[in-house]
Amino acid sequence: MKFNLKVWRQKNAKAEGKLVDYTIDNIIPDMSFLEMVDVLNDNLVRKGEDPIAFDHDCREGICGMCSMYISGRAHGPQHAATTCQLYMRSFKDGDTIYVEPFRAGAFPIIKDLVTDRSAFDRIISKGGFVSVNTGQAQDANNLPVDKAFAEKAMDAAACIGCGACVAACPNSAAMLFVSAKISQLALLPQGGPERNNRAINMVNQMDEEGFGSCTNIGACEAECPKEIKLTNIARMNREYLVASLINE
Amino acid sequence: MSELNSKIPEGPLAEKWDNYKEHAKLVNPANKRKLEVIVVGTGLAGASAAASLAELGYSVKAFCFQDSPRRAHSIAAQGGINAAKNYKNDGDSVFRLFYDTIKGGDFRAREANVYRLADVSRNIIDQCVAQGVPFARDYGGLLDNRSFGGSQVSRTFYARGQTGQQLLLGAYGALERQIGLGNVKMYSRHEMVEVVTIDGKARGIIARNLITGELERYFGHAVILATGGYGNVFFLSTSAMGSNVTAAWKAHKKGAYFGNPCFTQIHPTCIPVTGEYQSKLTLMSESLRNDGRVWVPKTKEDAKAIREGKKTAADIKEDERDYYLERKYPSFGNLSPRDIASRAAKEACDDGRGIVPSGLGVFLDFADAIKRLGVDVVKARYGELFPMYKNITNEDPLKTPMKIYPAVHYTMGGLWVDYELMTSVQGLYCLGEANFSDHGANRLGASALMQGLADGYFVIPYTIGNYLSSEIFTKAIPTDHPAFVEAESVAKERAEKLIGTKGKKTVDDFHKQLGKIMWEYCGMARTAEGLTHARKLIQDLRKEFWSNVNIPGTLYEFNPEFDKAGRVADFIELGELMVIDALNRNESCGGHFRLEYQDEGEAKRDDEKYAYVSAWEHTSVDADPILHKEELVYENIKLQVRSYK
Ligand SMILES: Cc1cc2nc3c(=O)[nH]c(=O)nc-3n(C[C@H](O)[C@H](O)[C@H](O)COP(=O)(O)OP(=O)(O)OC[C@H]3O[C@@H](n4cnc5c(N)ncnc54)[C@H](O)[C@@H]3O)c2cc1C
Ligand code: SF4
Ligand code: FES
Repeated sequence: MKFNLKVWRQKNAKAEGKLVDYTIDNIIPDMSFLEMVDVLNDNLVRKGEDPIAFDHDCREGICGMCSMYISGRAHGPQHAATTCQLYMRSFKDGDTIYVEPFRAGAFPIIKDLVTDRSAFDRIISKGGFVSVNTGQAQDANNLPVDKAFAEKAMDAAACIGCGACVAACPNSAAMLFVSAKISQLALLPQGGPERNNRAINMVNQMDEEGFGSCTNIGACEAECPKEIKLTNIARMNREYLVASLINE
Repeated sequence: MSELNSKIPEGPLAEKWDNYKEHAKLVNPANKRKLEVIVVGTGLAGASAAASLAELGYSVKAFCFQDSPRRAHSIAAQGGINAAKNYKNDGDSVFRLFYDTIKGGDFRAREANVYRLADVSRNIIDQCVAQGVPFARDYGGLLDNRSFGGSQVSRTFYARGQTGQQLLLGAYGALERQIGLGNVKMYSRHEMVEVVTIDGKARGIIARNLITGELERYFGHAVILATGGYGNVFFLSTSAMGSNVTAAWKAHKKGAYFGNPCFTQIHPTCIPVTGEYQSKLTLMSESLRNDGRVWVPKTKEDAKAIREGKKTAADIKEDERDYYLERKYPSFGNLSPRDIASRAAKEACDDGRGIVPSGLGVFLDFADAIKRLGVDVVKARYGELFPMYKNITNEDPLKTPMKIYPAVHYTMGGLWVDYELMTSVQGLYCLGEANFSDHGANRLGASALMQGLADGYFVIPYTIGNYLSSEIFTKAIPTDHPAFVEAESVAKERAEKLIGTKGKKTVDDFHKQLGKIMWEYCGMARTAEGLTHARKLIQDLRKEFWSNVNIPGTLYEFNPEFDKAGRVADFIELGELMVIDALNRNESCGGHFRLEYQDEGEAKRDDEKYAYVSAWEHTSVDADPILHKEELVYENIKLQVRSYK
């Protein structure tokens, strides 16, 4: 297969970036998108040019590191897949493909397709946990958990922190990411004691990082590789509201 | 050998750890704040250690090369984590988990460590559940279990096919909590490139800021490495792209002995290699072998027809299939340990009965399970795994059997550590997959997550106090100390040499070449002749690398090609040590299979001569390393031929 690529190149955080054209040939449909970029980079290095910088690590769709905005879609055209789990068979021979970083004010570009998503870590540090020190736990089976709730909590916990929801959202909102963690812990008894502070502190930090607000567009859910549901945002709003009333 | 003191506490096996804890020296809370600990790595081992130490009051600095501590490769673990809870009432116990682990490791692990691991395994589950880890539950709301290879009880806890992710997010949450509280300072996108030692004690590290390329100096009263495994020495493996040996290797060159480097695990159920372009191999969790049956056709003709696309799995009738694991190992069947299942797959394919075009692949078939349990149950049990397989291969395992083949997956070898997890360098610790400790010559499924968390949550918080209690009078050493200056200049010189080479071959060219040598000569079947040849090939490759590698760009910028080059340089040196170790070990055990030492395909151990840990001391890259032996003493179990028949 052959492709025309238009790739965002930007030397560093301060430099101006632009789309640069590349063509690439002899691509096998079973290659992953990142393997296609590997081939392109290999060509660039051999020609003495600067390879395209991009984030990736596990290449199994679980670490959340890969993050390309491909032809107008976070993680590309395939539903429920990360960039590393996107295969070239999803494209047509001869396609022109745009490759850009995940864009958002809160995700500054470091180089080319690499962005700084540490805002997510800072949000988690404000409450994305249960405050239980090592050694303080009781026997794991002392507290049974309704299977239905456990399953829902697991659905929310599947979030990989990739930031596609932010990149997909016209407002650059991080509601889906934040609500996934708040939901997971709100659905489990272990998360109960801290639920109010958690909701307030995480949402405040989210605002402080400069993420936008939610206007119910739903692009986040559509692009989320882990199929995190919008209902989590509803649950977060309720958690936040209840917490605000209690804190009055 | 006096310097290889494993510091195993006195007393009966079951009381050693309690004995130790009761007598270990303590640091008072006011002093803890003044003591700084560096933790390199934020996987299960590192994140749990950093969080637990910060909770105790130490000042912690944590490092990882990814953009966030949450992305360590522990995240990719699918299947589960073992614990001797005996919630199933099926006869499990601490002793049984201990025994299974020692036996699974083919009697090449240290009794006292493994017993402690089995013992604290129960606390791990308690801790993780309290953190909100959403483990699978049954309809009564209690925790569910499944069985994993190499055991006959159901002791594996899991969270769909995402156990590692959920455990890591639990540990990451605990770590972020301490970061938020100001007790941990986190350095993401930083790669450790040197250990700093002063008067024989580890006192800090040099790390490269991967965004700016600058070298930075960090002091610690003690240094903990939890930097994961080195499977990427084979180029293709189930590790993440960035997984490396660099931190451990730099420590090795500073005096930390490397234990059993040749013990690598080849996992039986991975998606087969399809082409040269391939950048990594994807694991299909071993848990699939609970319900999947492994087979190849009985005849070479049928296999050939399948390879050529003239027949499919469905065309092969039941009595024309060879369910070889069930046939050869009737009591464990498809749940045979990994080394055994991998070798059996290789044997079937070497016999010409492989079922993918390359000849290197076997079937993993769910048809019976689907008939027995229904599609929905099977789908629910394996969560993401089926869609993942389908996405990668374009084939639906609910309709046609999966195709699998062994791939490099885990490294049992690593830095040698004593009972306290301290390396042979004072104040330098090593946790998780990066150390050699608990799995002997073969790791059982679901035991690595257990070990990482045991080390980080429940062992290091006690053992490090025993050391730091004598450091309370050591003031923080300023990083303009000559030892820091010297370590930084070594790193700088090396970096400049690498980037200045401007040769003809890319970093990946070298990495792939190394991988091929390792897989061919130091993979599933090894011989003295092959290993000797491999050593020469690796030495030549090292020389060529340093004179002909081409790294684009400059040092002081975000430069992933440079990062990769540094890692490959260390892999090449490690590769040679692995070959030396494999050559030294004239026996077959676990993942180390020497063709010369076998009983009709079964590994033949030599307990007389090789019941020891090889701990290698670095001399120089051009000279032989020095072998130190830690004799393994078994007081509580009898060494036996390891049989799963
Ligand atoms: C696909 C897959 C599936 C698995 N499934 C299971 C399973 O079901 N059950 C089980 O028990 N085990 C499983 N394992 C094994 C298990 O996941 C690992 O052995 C374990 O998670 C390793 O944890 P760790 O903390 O030691 O290292 P890792 O999680 O690999 O973490 C290493 C850390 O070190 C950092 N690091 C590395 N080098 C440097 C450096 N030079 N400078 C700075 N930082 C550095 C990294 O950034 C990272 O934070 C699986 C492994 C794989 C690959
Ligand atoms: S909610 Fe989905 S898109 Fe957003 S960070 Fe999590 S996994 Fe990524
Ligand atoms: S590289 Fe880990 S999710 Fe894509």
